[in-house]
Amino acid sequence: MNFLTVTRATLAKDIRLEWRSKDAINAMLFFSLLVVVIFSFAFDPTAEESRRIAGGLVWVAFLFAAIVALNQTWARELRNQVLDAYRVSPAPAIPLFLAKAVGNFIFVAALEALMTPLFIAFYRLRPLGPGWQLIPIAILGTWALVVNGTFFAAMSLRTRAREIMLPLLLFPLSIPALLGMVNSTTAILTGETSPAFWIALLVAYDVVFTTACLLLFETVLEAE
Amino acid sequence: MADTQSTPVVVAEGVMKQFGRFAALRGVTAEFSAGKLYVILGDNGAGKTTLLRTMAGLAHSTRGKITVLGSENIQASRAQIGYMAHPSLLYDEMSGMENLRYFAKLYRIPAGEVDRRCREAILSVKLDPDLERPVGQYSQGMRQRMSLARALVNDPELLLLDEPFSNVDARSAAEMAGLVAHARDRGKTVFVVTHQAAQLELYADEFIWMESGRIVNRTSALQGAKG
Repeated sequence: MNFLTVTRATLAKDIRLEWRSKDAINAMLFFSLLVVVIFSFAFDPTAEESRRIAGGLVWVAFLFAAIVALNQTWARELRNQVLDAYRVSPAPAIPLFLAKAVGNFIFVAALEALMTPLFIAFYRLRPLGPGWQLIPIAILGTWALVVNGTFFAAMSLRTRAREIMLPLLLFPLSIPALLGMVNSTTAILTGETSPAFWIALLVAYDVVFTTACLLLFETVLEAE
Repeated sequence: MADTQSTPVVVAEGVMKQFGRFAALRGVTAEFSAGKLYVILGDNGAGKTTLLRTMAGLAHSTRGKITVLGSENIQASRAQIGYMAHPSLLYDEMSGMENLRYFAKLYRIPAGEVDRRCREAILSVKLDPDLERPVGQYSQGMRQRMSLARALVNDPELLLLDEPFSNVDARSAAEMAGLVAHARDRGKTVFVVTHQAAQLELYADEFIWMESGRIVNRTSALQGAKG
């Protein structure tokens, strides 16, 4: 019961803080917008070429933009050392991690919802495969990014160059998930192959890394 | 009453704390009784804050053991510990009441009681619970008091206060000292780390002088505390 209360309270607090400051969402939006516009100037693809490269462009843009939110989520716990107030309380560690991960998921998903129509317009995208499958891919892919990102952002909290450290830790580990997201998206956009294998890979990735992060988070939180 | 007061709330046995090559605590052995106000003094780097953080369970001893509220597992005692650090431990973008509501939920305070407990804690430090201004816009004195209210929200048995009078004017410091003494009068055990011991000269039960990670003197009067 307390587990759910703490998770809900922490999530509500994070959403309230982001709503008031808009630090993460503004930075993510501007960054993604820049990527869309710059890529649209750099390439002038035909509709067929767009379908082949759009999956990669979209997910790389979201991955880079998510880093902003991931860094921000723990940075606000460091101001005034508020994290110590959590650590000194009897609340368990896992609700804090879950709330942060779900909060980041909401922020990145909101960004995706805003940016996807722009990607579609700029690259004249129309899926030739089952378009509805893009929704579970987006959910699984976003969770894969934020669950590891939230964990490694917490791990790099006490390092000096934490904003550099996060991508260094996160990007190599995200390669399997990124392959799953890009290949399944491309499969649906081109309609040439089935995305089933890549979706299964994403499911397995999410299960393995969510479990590992939940098991290890307390050690990270209690580290000095 | 006499029994309660003689029960040790904190027992440290050869507590050492190492940060890399630097030894912040070098074998602290001491017993501290319930219901007293202890003032921990010493120069910068003497180990005062580290000792307080070890009692709070925020730092783990490298060697030796520390028993807090009868348990070596400080995690189990956390519901009974209130901790105030030099930084405010508050979210600047939220009001005092919003901050306290969040922290109250971490302490398993029943939902129906959260608002009442938060209001009581804020009123006890002589602030207005209906103040909607975010904490980031408070004066330093108000922020310190709100920080104390946060430490009091769970009605703890053990109150650990690190530099509660820093960066506040003399009047606010005197008010804070009165609030700290009032907590002791209500039966709490209070530890205060400070460089402004004179603020607590009238109220403290014991002054503890630390040097190079060790407790070198314990006295009931501020004069002579340095040993």
